[in-house]
Amino acid sequence: MELIKVWDIPGGVHPPENKHQSMAEPLGYIDIPPQLILPVSQHIGAPAKPIVSVGQKVLGGEVVAEADGVFSANVHAPTSGTIAAIVEHLVPHPSGMRDTCVIIDTDGKDEWVALSPWEDFAERDHDDIIKRIRDCGIAGLGGAGFPSAVKLNPRANHTIDTLIINGTECEPYITADDMLMRERAEDIVAGTQILARLLHNPAKVIIGIEDNKPEAIERVRKAAEGTDILVVSFPTKYPSGGEKQLIQILTGREVPSGQIPATIGVVCQNVGTTAAIYRALRYGEPLVKRITTVVGEALEQQRNIEVLLGTPVHYVLDKHGFNDKKASRLVMGGPMMGFALPDTSVPVVKTTNCLLAPSKKELPPPEPAMACIRCGMCAEACPAELLPQQLFWYAQAEDLEKLETHNLFDCIECGACSYVCPSHIPLVQYYRAAKGEIRQHRIDKEKSDRSRRRFEFRQERIAKEEAEKEAKRLARKKAAEEAKKKLAEQKAAAPAEASAAQAPASAVDADKQKAKLERLLASAQESLKKAREPLADDATDEQREKQAARIKQAELKVSEAQKKLNESHPGEGTSAGNDPVAAAIERAKAKQTMDPADKLRASIESLQKRLEKAEQKAADAERDKPDMADALKQGAIKLQEKIAAAKQELADLAPPKSAPSQSHSEKPVSASTDAAQAAIERAKAKMSMAPDEKLRSSLESLYKRLEKAEQKAATAQQEGSDKAEALQQGVDKLKEKITSTQKELAELTPTTVAEETPQDPATSDAASLAIEKAKAKAAAMATMSVADKLRNQVDSLEARLEKARSKLAQAEQDNDDNLDAFKTGVSKLEDKLAATREQLAEHE
Amino acid sequence: MLETIAQHPIAAALLALIGLALVFGALLGFAAVRFKVEGDPIVEQIDNLLPQTQCGQCGYPGCRPYAQAIANGDAINKCPPGGQTTINELADLLDVEAPTLDEEHGEEADVPTVAFIREDECIGCTKCIQACPMDAILGAAKQMHTVIADECTGCDLCVEPCPVDCIDMIPVSTTIKDWKWELPAASHEQAANLIATDRGRGQIQQSGEAA
Repeated sequence: MELIKVWDIPGGVHPPENKHQSMAEPLGYIDIPPQLILPVSQHIGAPAKPIVSVGQKVLGGEVVAEADGVFSANVHAPTSGTIAAIVEHLVPHPSGMRDTCVIIDTDGKDEWVALSPWEDFAERDHDDIIKRIRDCGIAGLGGAGFPSAVKLNPRANHTIDTLIINGTECEPYITADDMLMRERAEDIVAGTQILARLLHNPAKVIIGIEDNKPEAIERVRKAAEGTDILVVSFPTKYPSGGEKQLIQILTGREVPSGQIPATIGVVCQNVGTTAAIYRALRYGEPLVKRITTVVGEALEQQRNIEVLLGTPVHYVLDKHGFNDKKASRLVMGGPMMGFALPDTSVPVVKTTNCLLAPSKKELPPPEPAMACIRCGMCAEACPAELLPQQLFWYAQAEDLEKLETHNLFDCIECGACSYVCPSHIPLVQYYRAAKGEIRQHRIDKEKSDRSRRRFEFRQERIAKEEAEKEAKRLARKKAAEEAKKKLAEQKAAAPAEASAAQAPASAVDADKQKAKLERLLASAQESLKKAREPLADDATDEQREKQAARIKQAELKVSEAQKKLNESHPGEGTSAGNDPVAAAIERAKAKQTMDPADKLRASIESLQKRLEKAEQKAADAERDKPDMADALKQGAIKLQEKIAAAKQELADLAPPKSAPSQSHSEKPVSASTDAAQAAIERAKAKMSMAPDEKLRSSLESLYKRLEKAEQKAATAQQEGSDKAEALQQGVDKLKEKITSTQKELAELTPTTVAEETPQDPATSDAASLAIEKAKAKAAAMATMSVADKLRNQVDSLEARLEKARSKLAQAEQDNDDNLDAFKTGVSKLEDKLAATREQLAEHE
Repeated sequence: MLETIAQHPIAAALLALIGLALVFGALLGFAAVRFKVEGDPIVEQIDNLLPQTQCGQCGYPGCRPYAQAIANGDAINKCPPGGQTTINELADLLDVEAPTLDEEHGEEADVPTVAFIREDECIGCTKCIQACPMDAILGAAKQMHTVIADECTGCDLCVEPCPVDCIDMIPVSTTIKDWKWELPAASHEQAANLIATDRGRGQIQQSGEAA
């Protein structure tokens, strides 16, 4: 028999042992209770997951709840029965709270699943053994319920040199391990051997037993004979049964603060656990029962019993003659470290080593706490060499930081300090509360850190999204600017190409400005187009006049834009603007020599030519610069519309000339119209001159025309011709025209003078023609009789209709975009014509 | 040399002082550059103590801005979610007297709460999602939303924007997992029990500590 040195631990107390009461009787057994309550969390770590369903039949040894992860343990059915419920039930916990429990209605037959005993368990593979320990749901039976498989599988960097089997059982009243060692010493020794093998045969294998259990020591020594196991006894002292304390007693080594024993090469197991491991390996028995001390003066019978896990406490107490009135309270565990049970319906679990039902005399209610007198007795009693009174102080002040610096977490909550305190201060309760507070604080801290990270991430994400949006916006802006620039370049290039001979492209440096001006021009033209649109639909001449005014305003804008454009690009402006002007003047001059019908046709032709030219230009541009297609197409359409409007105006222009030439086809009339036409053409030509000059010349020409017309009228009257009246009408018309034109021009002068530039010939001359013509017509109308007026109207409408139809035909041929507009125009004209004819018929 | 000093003691003293001033000035200047600390470390420390609910009850848009404000001299008792514990910690850190919580900014909740969306009533407007500083609400437009309870700090910010009022702040119930021991009543409160006839009227303590 080898003797080893036994060390002492600091502090410690010697409370009355009270172990004899429960040792008087041999190990007892109680019947299977009608109902078993199995909490899924009987161990440290994750709760097991129930894998049975309500109503399911289970046999003894069947797994009802499966380990959830490594730090967990299976829960087995201790006997056969039916799953009655899986509910929240009161569990043995100091909180007195509920937890998930599997409730089994036992059938009393105690039928078991087929177990698989291992005869050769000692030769089994390491991993197989660990697996079986795990499968059998073995957890530390000493008190904490640490899953044994985890403890027996230390990390590779921890070399285990000492295995300690803890048979100390230092707490008063408890004798469960004592009874086990007496009854099943062989199981313990066999278990110890297999544990030693699992841990690769550490140098020292010790079973430590306090010297107050001589019978147990004797039995175990006997069982351990012939093995390497040392059975060591040492002086009784509370709390030498604590894992760290026992290690210190048996090895002289201290487990460092916050570390596990494996770091100093020690593994410690309880004797009960060791025996359970042996039974699990040898017989395949899962952990479904344990030895529990049932003790206390409130009971008739005090003894150790082997009880099925899940047996309700009240069932156990009833079997032992529990006297409720006599009991001061009911404690699970010992008087030092146990906790009061809130209710007797809680079950016995894997860690229940004692049920204590003391009488009031035996365990009186605690004395009221008094002030700490700083006597220092607690510091002397503390086995962990802490400063309990300081910890108490800080716990009261909730100074968590100081508590941690005073190593609160090294406190094993043994209760020695509370036991010795002369002021009856429940010191351990303070420490437990403070520990809970600190743990909560740590959890909160972790959560707040996580919250901060989440919040910061969110802020970052939002900022990023914003930045992305901003970047996109900038990119779009840049792209738009570039597109504009390109457009401007191409626009500058297009007219330069068109009039390459006359004007070399000289506008590259002022591209941007030009583009801007062109946009301005385009918008002005757009508004002009808009102003013109309803003109075709208008029925009365007054309305037309209003429209004309609007058109003129738009035209002014157009001309202004054109002017600016020309100013900024003189070369191009002249080439683009003057060229057509000059051509128009030439053409107008040529027209003067023609007869009116020809002139009209020529005028239409010229306009059509211009349209064609414009279209071609657009088409060319489209072909050459596809990226500019849209803008140019729009421009082309605008041009088309402009020219269509000009045509319409020409169609309007036709009746006053063609009607007289048709109805009064005599020479003087044609001459007068000829002269008028010439004047108009001249006026048109003059449009390209400086505005004031143009105005003056226009007035002069009108006066000349008036004189001529008056002369003609006079001669016609002298001759007594029937045309005299018509001629007189023409004279009146001209007079009217002069006055109105004067007025118009007076209005126009200030703005045009200010502008000092030639107007866009394509729009302005056609428009001003239309205005003049409309005015002349209005003047003529005023002097005519109703019937004449109507006849005139009919004629003009017929002419217009004809023109419109031809235009429509052409549009149909070209598949023009404005086909619909043309069609409606034609139908409207037809309607109007019909209405006017009706009116005429009424008058005649 | 010595003679000169002896003859012009005042000038010599002045020169010596000026020399020393220059030397130490240079040294300090160098130290200021060499050991420059980026940012304000105190803000970081204060921010670490704040509960990070980002609830804005202090009047600042989040915990960090409040930390910044405290560093700039604002009161430390404006954080109801942190409560007295946070105030004490801040007082410790800043070495000032710990004031009590400024009730103006709200009361300290006895129990933490989390937002709960009554999912039957949720119309999927995403307003609460946008309001949540923690990204703790899941959902999409026209889809039911739900709160990730573990990430919810109970800041309340989602309740107000909800157009159908389907968000409740429910207290987090203590489970057996996070239950903790209560501190015993302070000893001066137990003083009444010292009188023998009052014995038993006071709180009966847990058995575990008595022996």
